[in-house]
Amino acid sequence: MSTETSGFLGWIDERFPLTKVWKEHLAEYYAPKNFNFWYYFGSLAMLVLVLQIVTGLWLAMNYKPSAADAFASVEYIMRDVDWGWLLRYMHSTGSSFFFILVYLHMFRALMYGSYRKPRELLWIIGVIIYVAMMATAFFGYLLPWGQMSYWGAQVIVNLFAAVPGIGEELAVWVRGDYVISDVTLNRFFAFHFLVPFILAALVFVHIVALHKVGSNNPDGIEIKKGPKGNRWDPNAPADGIPFHPYYSVKDIVGVVVFLAIFSAVVFFAPDLGGLFLEPPNFIPANPLKTPEHIAPVWYFTPFYAMLRAVPPMFGSQFPGVVVMFAAILIMFFLPWLDRSPVKSMRYKGPLFKIALAIFAVTFVVLAWLGLEAATPTTTLLAQIFTTLYFLFFLLMPIYTKMDKTKPVPERVTK
Amino acid sequence: MRKLIIASILLLAPAFASASGGAAVPLEDAGIDLDDKASLQRGAKYYVNYCMGCHSLKYMRYNRMAEDLGIDDVDLRQSLIFTGAKPGELMANALRPEDGEKWFGTAVPDLTLVTRWRSPDWVYSYLKGFYLDDSRPYGVNNLVFPDVGMPHVLGPLQGVQEAVYTESHGEEGEAKKHLEGIELVETGSMSPDKYDGMARDLTNFLTYAGEPIKREREKLGIYVLLFLGLFFIVAYALKKEYWKDVH
Repeated sequence: MSTETSGFLGWIDERFPLTKVWKEHLAEYYAPKNFNFWYYFGSLAMLVLVLQIVTGLWLAMNYKPSAADAFASVEYIMRDVDWGWLLRYMHSTGSSFFFILVYLHMFRALMYGSYRKPRELLWIIGVIIYVAMMATAFFGYLLPWGQMSYWGAQVIVNLFAAVPGIGEELAVWVRGDYVISDVTLNRFFAFHFLVPFILAALVFVHIVALHKVGSNNPDGIEIKKGPKGNRWDPNAPADGIPFHPYYSVKDIVGVVVFLAIFSAVVFFAPDLGGLFLEPPNFIPANPLKTPEHIAPVWYFTPFYAMLRAVPPMFGSQFPGVVVMFAAILIMFFLPWLDRSPVKSMRYKGPLFKIALAIFAVTFVVLAWLGLEAATPTTTLLAQIFTTLYFLFFLLMPIYTKMDKTKPVPERVTK
Repeated sequence: MRKLIIASILLLAPAFASASGGAAVPLEDAGIDLDDKASLQRGAKYYVNYCMGCHSLKYMRYNRMAEDLGIDDVDLRQSLIFTGAKPGELMANALRPEDGEKWFGTAVPDLTLVTRWRSPDWVYSYLKGFYLDDSRPYGVNNLVFPDVGMPHVLGPLQGVQEAVYTESHGEEGEAKKHLEGIELVETGSMSPDKYDGMARDLTNFLTYAGEPIKREREKLGIYVLLFLGLFFIVAYALKKEYWKDVH
């Protein structure tokens, strides 16, 4: 280290690299100066993770993970615990917003090629984070022990039962019982408490990987390969600015805008018309009464639509399950499917832009189809859009190679 | 700009696909007003008198209700608590689930959250939707809840309603009956207007009971947004100040 610290900080620095970490990751971490609107969502997702962990801890202090008490304990939190209603609404709204932010964050990566070399591992860690988020959300959704909690979990756990041969035993092993029961609730609570900490650790690893390779930017240009020397350091990238204070103050603006939107939902529409809190979940779980229409929460519905799109084959639902999991697994291969010589959509040709636009529409339509009851029409639509979803990935090596790209400038543009 | 539009579409898209309740009959507007304390008090009185014998309100506490609705302790004890419960207790009743199954074919549901899983308009329409139907065990059916197990407890107040059918003919000429609506054929002890008022008060009260904090949360939300608005001005000015030397 070039700078020596003294006094108390010096004492710390001799024993723990506090100043070094501060500099490497904040004050002397050089991020491209041309970040735009789409670069808020990563830090906002981290904020929501913290909010979820903090509100979740206080909810756990008052929640009872038993089939007999769970539903009533949620109402106890809503009515008798000081500020319990706020904790609960922040937590339920937070889970939906976490997914909104992460979907936008992932879409940003798709637009600007943030998954391309040398950021393949960064992308893969990101997809693992997404999977961990889905696991957390799935465990958490059972906890209010309402009708939708119960039957949603029943449907998802039954997916394991579709695995040929070992399916039934696997499902019993997951549930700890022959149906979703008190045992299942208790273990889901344990996992719902644990996985967020794994998630936080994964986010840490994500940041470490990011700071190793450096941030991408809307131009998809490697600022580290460009000219050197800026106002702060003769060896730093010329197009880089220190993360702190520039992006820390910029992110504060993003945080305030985000909190305003978040608060508008928490305080004025916490159930968001039945989308964030589903009406059937205000009925206590009843193992003897199947609801007319079971739909998972909105952030799972694209995959649910794909599951239902595949007809049973040889009397087994397993092909649908395979398709659903393949839809997530295929994301891991994205860095190697894109064969374009350029990273960012800005310099890619029309083929990629059209493909990405179709993909975005496909995802939204699948989300909508997953919320609707299955009819011949919605099933047909789900089949068409499931095909489009996979074609975006599977045809990517072809259309990115055929595409006419534009020349990439030397330096980042404004 | 184009990107902003795409982003807003992504954010809003799920809102278009709202989860509907699935009632085939159009619901009547209940005209909920949670600031109408008099209506809420009447609703509470009607509820404990006519409904609570069978339908508990077991997530609600007597004293919380009294405090929120402006009912004093003496009135609460004298005219709202019939079970010998203490004011701090939950509004439970003595009906066992197995009794409900024996008498009505199903356990009688607790109604604390009914307006949240149905809707206020559904509850209002339900209270007004009973009509004569000899095929049912208690002689009545309901417009918004077909084949309901519950008798028309408020029948003596509302009077008797009969279904109105229209007839059409199917492909092979067979007559088909369609339930068109209902009409009051015999007035009860209340005039139709008064009964509507009672149904509205009950619905209003149940909407309050579904989420007692609702009005307070909305009031608080305004201050939160005002604070964030001010914070935005400061945060934006700070960002501008730092960034003026970047480009």
